[in-house]
Amino acid sequence: MRLISRILLLLFLLPLCAQAAIDPALLKPLSGDDPEARVAAVGQIAALATPEAARVLQALQAETLYATPGGQVLIVEGDGGQAYDPATGRAGPTPDGIDGVMVNNRLRGVVEGALSGLKLLAPERAARLAAAQELQKAVSPAQLPLIRKALAQESDAEIKQMLQVLIASANLHAPDVATRKQAVRDLAVSSDARLLAPLQAMIDKGADGKPGEPDEAVRIAAVDTIGQIKGRVQRTEFIGNIFYGLSLGSVLLLAALGLAITFGLMGIINMAHGELLMIGAYTTYLCQLFFRAYLPGMQDWYLLAALPAAFFVAGSVGVVLERTVIRWLYGRPLETLLATWGISLILMQTVRTIFGAQNVEVANPAWMSGGVTVLGSLVLPYNRIAIIVFAMLVVVAVWLILNKTRLGLFVRAVTQNRRMADCVGVATGKVDMLTFGLGSGIAGLGGVALSQLGNVGPDLGQSYIVDSFMVVVLGGVGQLAGTVIAAIGLGEVNKFLEPVAGAVLAKIAILVFIIIFIQRRPQGLFAMKGRSVE
Amino acid sequence: MITSLRVKQGLFSRPVWAAIAAFTLVAALLPIFNLLFAEGHPLHVSAYTVSLVGKFMCYALAALALDLVWGYTGILSLGHGVFFALGAYAHGMYLMRAIGAEGQYQSALPDFMVFLDWKTYPWYWAFTEHFWYCMALVVLVPGVLAFVFGYFAFRSRIKGVYFSIITQAMTYAFMLLFFRNDTGFGGNNGFTDFKTILGYSVTAPATKAVLFLLTLAFLVIALIGARAIVSSKLGRVLQGVRDGEARLMFLGYNPLWFKLFVWTLSAVLCGIAGALYVPQVGIINPSEMSPANSIEMVVWVAVGGRGTLIGPILGAFTVNGLKSWFTAALPELWLFALGLLFIVVTLFMQQGILGVLAKLKRKKAAIVAEEAA
Repeated sequence: MRLISRILLLLFLLPLCAQAAIDPALLKPLSGDDPEARVAAVGQIAALATPEAARVLQALQAETLYATPGGQVLIVEGDGGQAYDPATGRAGPTPDGIDGVMVNNRLRGVVEGALSGLKLLAPERAARLAAAQELQKAVSPAQLPLIRKALAQESDAEIKQMLQVLIASANLHAPDVATRKQAVRDLAVSSDARLLAPLQAMIDKGADGKPGEPDEAVRIAAVDTIGQIKGRVQRTEFIGNIFYGLSLGSVLLLAALGLAITFGLMGIINMAHGELLMIGAYTTYLCQLFFRAYLPGMQDWYLLAALPAAFFVAGSVGVVLERTVIRWLYGRPLETLLATWGISLILMQTVRTIFGAQNVEVANPAWMSGGVTVLGSLVLPYNRIAIIVFAMLVVVAVWLILNKTRLGLFVRAVTQNRRMADCVGVATGKVDMLTFGLGSGIAGLGGVALSQLGNVGPDLGQSYIVDSFMVVVLGGVGQLAGTVIAAIGLGEVNKFLEPVAGAVLAKIAILVFIIIFIQRRPQGLFAMKGRSVE
Repeated sequence: MITSLRVKQGLFSRPVWAAIAAFTLVAALLPIFNLLFAEGHPLHVSAYTVSLVGKFMCYALAALALDLVWGYTGILSLGHGVFFALGAYAHGMYLMRAIGAEGQYQSALPDFMVFLDWKTYPWYWAFTEHFWYCMALVVLVPGVLAFVFGYFAFRSRIKGVYFSIITQAMTYAFMLLFFRNDTGFGGNNGFTDFKTILGYSVTAPATKAVLFLLTLAFLVIALIGARAIVSSKLGRVLQGVRDGEARLMFLGYNPLWFKLFVWTLSAVLCGIAGALYVPQVGIINPSEMSPANSIEMVVWVAVGGRGTLIGPILGAFTVNGLKSWFTAALPELWLFALGLLFIVVTLFMQQGILGVLAKLKRKKAAIVAEEAA
C-alpha cells in the first residue's frame, strides 16, 4: 500500500519539475540536533515540491533516512542495500558509520503534514481539493512555503480561496505584526466555523490576564473578522435548515399524499395507510433483490423499476381492501377507523411472517449516494435532493389526474355530490374503488422514497401514521394545496425547532401546536367553501 | 314510550343483578381461596390466576370508562391510554418513593435518577412520599388534563373523527414526552421494582388479595354508578348528544358541559383503573401510552357491545383472555386474530357479543311466539 501511494505521489510530482537534486545545505539540518532547524528544514524541503523532496520526506517518515557524521544525508532501503544521495541524485555503496536520523513525534507530525501538503500540487482537482480540506483541520507555519507555491500554480478559484485562507490561518501567529493583521483580514472571506476558536483566542484574555494577541489593531481586525465569519456560518446553517426542512417536508408530503386522497377526498379514515407505505418499501426491497439476482449490470436502476411496481402492488392491496372491507363501511367513519386498524395489524403481521421482524436492507443506488457541497461546509445529500424532486413530481401528477382526466372529474363529482353523480350515470362504486386504489398506489410510491432514507421494517408505517393524519388535518381536508403547504411547513418548523428544543421536544411542540390549531380552525388551513361543506 | 319513561325503573333487570352478584362473589372468592388453600389442594387458585384476573378487572374498568364516552355520548377517544397511564404513573410515584434506599444503588432517590446523576427530586415529585397526596393526583392529573383538553375541543365543536385523531395525537405526544429520560419518569423503563405499599410488601399474597378485592369493589361500584348516570335525565341528554347533537342544541341544551362532564369522569375512572393496575402488575412504562394500546381499549368495548356498560367488561375479559392464551400458545398468530377481531366486529357484529346474544334471544322468542300462535 505504501509503495503504491509513493509511486502515485511521485507520478503527481514528475511533470511539475525537472530539477532533481536538493541543495545539501537544506538537507544538513535534518541530521543535526536543533529541533527548530529540523522542522524548518522539513518545511523548506517540502516547498521544493520535487520528487526528490517527496522521497526524502517519505524516507524520514519510514525511518530509512541516514546521516554520515559529516552531515551528508542518505536514503538506505533494505539491509546492506545501495545508499541514495538526494543531494547528487546518485546511488552508491553504503558508507560506514552512518546513523539513522532520529524522528520524534513532533517531527513526525510535521513530516506527515508536509507529505499531505505535497498533494496540493497533484494534477487532479479532486486530489488537490482533498489535500486542501485535510490541511484545513490543522495547518502549521512550517507548511507555508509549500502552500504559497501551490497557490502560485493553482488555477481553480475555489481551491485558490481555500489556500489563501490556509496561508492566513498559518500566519495568525507570525512574529510580524503587519503579517498577523493581514492574515486576520484575509480570513474574513472564509465561512469555516473552525477558524472561530483561534480567532477568539486572540481576543480573549489568557491565564496571565493578557489577551492572546498583543497588538490592539490586530485584535480589532480579529473582532471584525469573527463577526463576518459568524454571519456567514449562520447563513449556511439557515440554508441548511431550510434544505433539511424541505426534505423532511417532502417526506411527510409523500407519506400524506395518498391519505389526502383517501381521507381528504373520500372521507375514509384509513389507519392501514402506514402499512401501504410499508408495502411500497418492501416492494422496493424485492425489486432490489430481483435486480441483484437477474440484472446485476443494471443494479443502479432498480429504483426506476420499483416505482411502477410499488404503485401497482400497493394500489392492488388498496383495491382489494376497498372491495372486501371498506365499501361496507361508507358513512360510518368511526367503524372504518377500527376496521382499517385491524387490517393494518394483519398486514404488519403478514410482512413480519414473510420477511422476519428484523429490518431489511435497502441500499441507495450509486447515483444517489454522495452529495453536493455548497457554501464551503454544507453538504446536500443527493438522495434527499432526489426525494424533494420526486415529491414535486408526484404532486404534479396527482394534480393532473384530479383536474385534467376523466377519472379526476368523476372523483370530484362523487366527492361533491354522490347522489347527483350517480343519477347522471357515474359508476360511483367503481370510482370509489379506483380512487382508493390511486390513493393506496401513491402511498406505495411514498414507500419507495422512505426506503431510501431510513430503515425498512414491519413497523415502518406505524411511525408515519400520526404524522400523515396531522398533515392532512392541518392542511384542510380535500385540499391538495393545503396538504402540500402543511407538509412543507411542518417540516420547516420541525427543523428550525430542533436545534433549540431537541428532536423529541420539537416533535411534541408540533403535536401540541396542531392540537391547538385544530381547536381554532377545525376546518384546517384551507377550508372548503360552498356547498361541499356538510 | 312515554309511559315507560314515567315508570320508575330499577337500574338493572333482576337477572342482570343476579349475574353481577354471582360475578362479584366468584371473583371475590379467587384471592380468598388463594390464601386459604395451599398448593395441591383441589380448591387452590394460583397466584398467577389472581393477578391475571386482577389485571383484567383494571382493563374492564378502563373499558367501562370508555363506554361512557363512546357508547353513550358518541365521542370516540383514541387516547384513553394516556389517562390510564397517568393514573398509573401518579400511583407509581408513591410506590417509587416507598422503595426508599432499598434500590440497586442504595440511594434515597429512585435508581433511574441516580443513573441520570440527579441529586434531588425535581419539583413535581414534591410530597409524593405521602400516599394520600398521590391518590389525589391519581384523580386530579387525568381529570384536569381531560377537563382542559375537552373544554377546548368541545368548545370549538370538534367532533367525530377529528376528535379521535387529536386524542391520538395527544397520547402520542405524551408517549414521546415520557420516553425522554429528562422528563423525570424513568424514560423507557418507567417505574418498576416496587417494594412496599403503605408498609406492606407488594408481592405478599395478602396485599395482592386486598388490591384484588379493592379493584373488584371499584369495578362493581363504577358499573352501578355508571348505570345510574346513564339512566338518569343526564344520561338521556348524553344519548341525545350521541344521536342528534344539533337537535339537542335547538332544544336549548348546551352540550359542552354535558360532554365535558362525562369526558372528565371517564378520564378519572381510567386513571383509577391505572392506579389499581400498577401495584398488581408491578410495572408502568410509556408504551402504555402508545396509540396502539388506546385503540385496543376501543376494541374491548366494541367486542363486548358498546352502550351497554356490561358489554365492555365482558369484552375486556374476552379479548384479554384470548390475548393471554394466544401469546402463550400461538404468539405469532395473535396479531392476525386481533386484526380479524377488529374487522369482524365492525362488519358483522356492531352491537358486540351482547348484541348477538340479544338477537338470539329475540329469535328464540319469535319462534316461541310462532309456536304458540
